[in-house]
Amino acid sequence: MRFDVDGRSVHAATGAVPVDGTDATARPLVLLLHGAGMDRTVWSQQTRWLAHHDARAVAVDLPGHGRSDGPPLGSIAELAAWVAAVAEALGGPVHVVGHSMGAFIGLEAAAHHADSVASLVLMGLGAAMPVHPDLQAAADADDPLAADLMAGWMHGPDQKFGVNPTPGMTMTGTSRAVIETSPDGVLGLDLAMCAAYDGAADAAAAVTCPTTLVLGRLDRMTPRRAAQPIVDVLAHAMVVELATAGHAPMMEEPDVVRSALADHLARA
Amino acid sequence: MVEPDHHRFDTRALHAGQRPDPTTGSRAVPIHQTTSYVFDSVDHAAGLFNLEVSGHLYSRISNPTVAVLEERLASLEGGVGAVCTSSGQAALHLAVATILNAGDHVVASRNIYGGSHNLLNLTMPRFGITTTFVDPRDPDAFSAAIRPETRLVFAETLGNPGIEVLDVAAIAEVAHAHGLPLAVDSTFATPYLMRPIEHGADIVIHSVTKFLGGHGVAIGGVVVDGGRFDWAAGGKFPTLSEPYDGYHGITFTEEFGTAALSMRARAEGLRDFGGCMSPANAFYLLQGVETLPLRMARHVDNTHRVVEMLDAHDAVSWISHPSHPSHPDHELAARLYPNGAGAILSFGVHGGREAGRRFIEAVGLASHLANVGDAKTLVIHPGSTTHQQMSADDLAAAGIGEELIRLSVGLEDPDDICDDLSRALRASQKA
Ligand SMILES: Cc1ncc(COP(=O)(O)O)c(C=O)c1O
Repeated sequence: MRFDVDGRSVHAATGAVPVDGTDATARPLVLLLHGAGMDRTVWSQQTRWLAHHDARAVAVDLPGHGRSDGPPLGSIAELAAWVAAVAEALGGPVHVVGHSMGAFIGLEAAAHHADSVASLVLMGLGAAMPVHPDLQAAADADDPLAADLMAGWMHGPDQKFGVNPTPGMTMTGTSRAVIETSPDGVLGLDLAMCAAYDGAADAAAAVTCPTTLVLGRLDRMTPRRAAQPIVDVLAHAMVVELATAGHAPMMEEPDVVRSALADHLARA
Repeated sequence: MVEPDHHRFDTRALHAGQRPDPTTGSRAVPIHQTTSYVFDSVDHAAGLFNLEVSGHLYSRISNPTVAVLEERLASLEGGVGAVCTSSGQAALHLAVATILNAGDHVVASRNIYGGSHNLLNLTMPRFGITTTFVDPRDPDAFSAAIRPETRLVFAETLGNPGIEVLDVAAIAEVAHAHGLPLAVDSTFATPYLMRPIEHGADIVIHSVTKFLGGHGVAIGGVVVDGGRFDWAAGGKFPTLSEPYDGYHGITFTEEFGTAALSMRARAEGLRDFGGCMSPANAFYLLQGVETLPLRMARHVDNTHRVVEMLDAHDAVSWISHPSHPSHPDHELAARLYPNGAGAILSFGVHGGREAGRRFIEAVGLASHLANVGDAKTLVIHPGSTTHQQMSADDLAAAGIGEELIRLSVGLEDPDDICDDLSRALRASQKA
């Protein structure tokens, strides 16, 4: 679906279930935020399921990503304000589900736009997200190597072999294609924005809404220990740890993430 | 500079898509000889049928053994996913039927496998899909043949039977300039010799029956989805970018983005046309893929030996293989195929049709049959077999002379292959 925010068209997947039907407000509104250089499709294992399980799912393409209008926004704070504008456009506070950069955006939005955020589910995050200089350089140059590097680091070691939960698909191949086809310049901007963001721990300390963290023990982009400062300060966090997942649990362990979402929405 | 962290090609040929079976520890890929899979719950079943959750539900749509082959081939080609089919023909049909509708049009190379030519030229028109055939060496000819209703550009990376070498990047550029995807049949090349997606192709089709399987024991096909083509951009591909009643109004591009084509090809194509691969065949074909790098290197070495021998033989009037300096694509092949341009070649025998027949009858080691890409050396006379449905004019346009012999060089000792062929060549000259 498409809707306008600040005069720009936002594209989102909703599992083909309208979010503005007559019974709509009875169903929680879930806003899913992808990470750097990615798009709405990272949530394809959750969006459609949520939409058919008593929620309104809106997996957006962030500005300048996927099929949403640009330009991309340049800081986590601006994106958090954008989330508040999205919540307003959709007609209510949203349960934010964020991955990686999307998790930073969720934290920042919950801390500084608390009225717009009903709850948080965050995955693939640490208190800081330093970016390997070679990755940043390749992304800045729009070199496809950047997509290759990220696709290799993003998933747990099992995905070097594969066995995608979706028959016939390759997870690293799909992640690489998503990043590779992102508009020029976007990945470099996103990564620089993640590396520059140092407000995660402070934002977490200010969060008052119910929060669930889904953390992969084999995450190489934001190692499990890097999330600890956030876990320590979050007042109402529930932590789901996955022994074999890497940085992208929603793709690697879609069943576990779906049930974490169901548990979270039941208590939020 | 850091290197991407994934296994290299030869390792993926052995491992991609599989980890040892968690319950039994089986190291080999088990044959999941089952039609169906028990559901965890009613909700789980409903979710599977509605594409909310993924997994296996019925082996027409997916099967764990077939999925290993699919994921492995997708990985080797550098795609996002793959759908295996009952044959190479079923793969081409699946791609066409997933992307095109009645009234749509294809621009295809004229130098393609006879069966693919039949499908596009004779059969698809019955369903309202027509094709214009053009010279694969001429990007402008593709461009000129594209019409408002064109939806697909199709060619073979190594053509049939002249081994025309497709300049994949040049043809991809033409297709993309018109908002169209390029699908290639890369059966003769295999991902070991050429990975078309890296050159801009959007879809790679194989007859897995051939070199990928490698042993001539099972028929199979695959459609590999490159995942880079934007199906939603021009509004030309409604099967992918418009809501589909088959799954509660799903729009494949919206929900699956880069994976839209492979998801639709499976969710509609295998569900409705039913051209699925059997798990046993997937197992056989996987045994072949495991040794693809080793076999292709040897196929290519043997081919170079055979080309040398034929080149020096008095009975041979011409040789068509990209490694031979007389081949029109010799230089292009050197650039695109650093590891060799495959193991299929053709040559002419002095004395025309009759000499060709005597040659075929005199070979002893090489097998006379209608296949290519076996571990064993194969010969055929296309004018009287694979291409017999084509008119004399079409044959000439496809570059198939009556004296043409096609050879698929196998893995035997190259001296034995050369001895057999030169003996048969001598026999061909005795009237
Ligand atoms: C280049 C090419 N494509 C497609 C096919 C059809 O494949 P299959 O026989 O597996 O249906 C063949 C078979 O000879 C072929 O050589």
